[in-house]
Amino acid sequence: MTVVSEPTQTARSTGALPKGRVIGQSKLHLDKAKRPLSERLTFLVPTLYIVFLMLPIYWLFNMSLKTNQEILSGFSLWPANPTLANYMVIFTDPSWYSGYINSITYVVLNTVISVSVALPAAYAFSRYKFLGDKHLFFWLLTNRMAPPAVFALPFFQLYSSFGLIDTHIAVALAHCLFNVPLAVWILEGFMSGVPKEIDETAYIDGYSFPKFFVKIFMPLIASGIGVAAFFCFMFSWVELLIARTLTTTDAKPIAATMTRTVSASGLDWGVLAAAGVLTIIPGALVIWFVRNYIAKGFALGRV
Amino acid sequence: MEKTVNNKAWFMVLPVLVLVAFSAVIPLMTVVNYSVQDTFGNNQFFWAGTEWFVDLLASERFTDALVRNLIFSFSILAIQIPLGIFIALCMPRKGWGVPVCLVLMALPLLVPWNVVGTIWQVFGRADIGLLGYVLNNIGIEYNYTQDPVAAWATVIIMDVWHWTSLVVLLCYAGLVSIPEAYYQAARIDGASKWAIFRFIQLPKMHRVLLIAVLLRFMDSFMIYTEPFVVTGGGPGNSTTFLSIDLVKMALGQFDLGPAAAMSLVYFLIILVFSWVFYTVMTNVGAEKPETKGE
Amino acid sequence: MANIELNHIRHAYMPNPQSKKDYALKEVHHTFEDGGAYALLGPSGCGKTTLLNIISGLLRPSEGDLLFDGVSVRDLPTEARNIAQVFQFPVVYDTMSVYDNLAFPLRNRGVEERVVDETVRHILNIIDLESKAHRKAQGLTADEKQKISLGRGLVRADVNAILFDEPLTVIDPHMKWVLRSQLKHLHKQFGYTMVYVTHDQTEALTFADKVVVMYEGEVVQIGTPNELFQRPQHTFVGYFIGSPGMNVVPCTLEGDGARIGEHVLPLNGIGRFGSGASLEVGVRPEFVSLRPSGEGLPIQVQGVEDVGRYRIVRAKLDDHDFHAIVMEGEEIPESPSAVISADNINLYADSWLVGREG
Repeated sequence: MTVVSEPTQTARSTGALPKGRVIGQSKLHLDKAKRPLSERLTFLVPTLYIVFLMLPIYWLFNMSLKTNQEILSGFSLWPANPTLANYMVIFTDPSWYSGYINSITYVVLNTVISVSVALPAAYAFSRYKFLGDKHLFFWLLTNRMAPPAVFALPFFQLYSSFGLIDTHIAVALAHCLFNVPLAVWILEGFMSGVPKEIDETAYIDGYSFPKFFVKIFMPLIASGIGVAAFFCFMFSWVELLIARTLTTTDAKPIAATMTRTVSASGLDWGVLAAAGVLTIIPGALVIWFVRNYIAKGFALGRV
Repeated sequence: MEKTVNNKAWFMVLPVLVLVAFSAVIPLMTVVNYSVQDTFGNNQFFWAGTEWFVDLLASERFTDALVRNLIFSFSILAIQIPLGIFIALCMPRKGWGVPVCLVLMALPLLVPWNVVGTIWQVFGRADIGLLGYVLNNIGIEYNYTQDPVAAWATVIIMDVWHWTSLVVLLCYAGLVSIPEAYYQAARIDGASKWAIFRFIQLPKMHRVLLIAVLLRFMDSFMIYTEPFVVTGGGPGNSTTFLSIDLVKMALGQFDLGPAAAMSLVYFLIILVFSWVFYTVMTNVGAEKPETKGE
Repeated sequence: MANIELNHIRHAYMPNPQSKKDYALKEVHHTFEDGGAYALLGPSGCGKTTLLNIISGLLRPSEGDLLFDGVSVRDLPTEARNIAQVFQFPVVYDTMSVYDNLAFPLRNRGVEERVVDETVRHILNIIDLESKAHRKAQGLTADEKQKISLGRGLVRADVNAILFDEPLTVIDPHMKWVLRSQLKHLHKQFGYTMVYVTHDQTEALTFADKVVVMYEGEVVQIGTPNELFQRPQHTFVGYFIGSPGMNVVPCTLEGDGARIGEHVLPLNGIGRFGSGASLEVGVRPEFVSLRPSGEGLPIQVQGVEDVGRYRIVRAKLDDHDFHAIVMEGEEIPESPSAVISADNINLYADSWLVGREG
């Protein structure tokens, strides 16, 4: 067992007070200014970490403001002649900006589907015992563990046979594979935190189940719905393998557009960087809106 | 909470069931079907039995990818978990620093995976990337497209960049949920910083740490997009992980049988590992009482 | 053990307190004598926990000084003050065994393992957890966990004081009584200086030699349980201690008597102290005797509660609630009058007791 002892502290038999005084006067003052150096430097750790996180993103941003010539001609920490030309390319070329629209479309579709089917299921898991509930719950979670690479090919064949290839709904449905279990898991956690008496009181007050669920229960777990939606959005937004497999042109996500352009148009670094910066923005916005709920979602340990 | 028995609850689960069955069970059955058949094109299939499985497990290509993937997963766990705990411990608990830290740290989690790859692909290049340029200028030979060691270093640092925040956020959430009275009691008991960490913070983070380890293991074992964009699995096959190999086989070469067999083995490995992790971690708290002090 | 001297201590949670209202603790000046058992009694939010945390060093007072045996500890951190504190909710180190939990404060201070073992065994015996010494603390009941917290406070024999912050809140009633008598017993045996925060008058009165009653951030009275009962210094003490609390009725002065409505109560000379301010008389229900109408103050009985050994008569004196206690076997006359001997009447000016020194 590792109990760290402090030899400077008084031993039991010697009478504590005199020694305690000596310690206190010498080094253990409460005053903020006199706090030990190590404590005052703790802020450095998160700061350095954030710098490490931001550097590559800054570099991408830096490049997006340079012309291709400037990028390739020399090394500089910031653009000499900042230009928005790269961004203009993206906003004026439909093959670029339609990628954004496609991505947003299927991500939103997926979030809506995932959360709305997960709501009743999570309620059932949090409130009732039923035949096979535990197994079902675990089985749902195993889908969160399924490697997308395993599903890429069968998905392609499945959606081909329904004629859904290259549609937004195909990607949205495919992403349900991992997002629905996730949403059920998060929502179940939040719902279990709502006392059952609330349900019972509502029924006694004469609410029907659907009315109770929409009018009373959903507002109570609003932050849970927010967290679940956030994570569905996030995982659908960042996934590429399946999204790329199931689309060719009409529903192609922005991320896939990027990879294609890299290989086809001979490395237009500036445009590539600008596109990359633009894909970070929706995520940053979403994070900003849910920042107060993130900690709560993580606290439940259901991500 | 006391739950009532109600088998009608199945109706509420039904939509989820239908949806997941459509997107998981049917494809998985296809995979099983392929894994035991052979095809010569023209949609003609022949029963192949366990042939693909035997081939797969004997092939060096598969075992190499598996070993590489295991080394990768354990390396990033060994880096990200301690690092994440450490950063979470140093984070501010109140004030303006909290939202700033949370938002900035969460940012890499919301970058599309191939953009993560692109960012690091650019960042590591010797001619136009900050990292590659600096390293080569201070005399460190660094070229991730030629040198397997550099390729591995890049892929691991990229994953640390991408995912450590998840561990940080989980640990931080666990830390802030510890009631103030525990810290007060520890001060009164004269506990050292280490003792506070060992006996209060670590036990209270136990649950979130379990989740962090599970998630990081699963996701790192399934990694595809990021290394694919940066190294394409190279140089040679040095960063070809299981998913990269599988996609190459299934979509690149259209070897349906072997790919399907590999898919199943792959999936099973993940399930087994996750289950083992889960059992081990949940049993840590329920160990037999310590016998110190007899 | 030590004398704990609170020297004009004030505390505000906000950085720049302006008026008296901003202080959670308004000027406390008092000494806890070495080896005394004190209770801090008062309703929630009266500042008693604030005061306790100032003594233990979890809070630093905004103003004033704190001295242990005449030496200022105001700037010392908790761990250097050598104080033990037991919190309202049990704080146990989940992953440690019961034994290790108790040994923790000693081991942290580098106490020899032989002494640790001896002390911990002794404490295990006192808190009656010997049979569970090597169980993990995690799976224990709330009672048992709180006993561990108590035990961790008791293991260090040399502490300056042991502070209790409503320690029995989560304990069930039967165990409350057992633990309280054990604490009392320990106090007698070892002479710890103990400060016990509670909002439960029974707990305070049975535990403490001296009770410090607090109200809205102020100490309103410090005294033995008997003093609090006989001579509440403030009408709040009268209300708060006793069941039912003291009858407090507004009055005006008339010679050496207090006029209440149509009647005058003789005050035995204390009337001359109460000048000008808003005056009230306070009478414990225990000191009211009921007679058939005629002598004394006529009251209208509203109801009678039988609580076993005695009955509580709920009545009205003019428009004011008025309670009387009638012992078992005594009659309650029809339309009774309340008779009170002048010695048992307290006079309050602006809620504070006047006259009658000592």
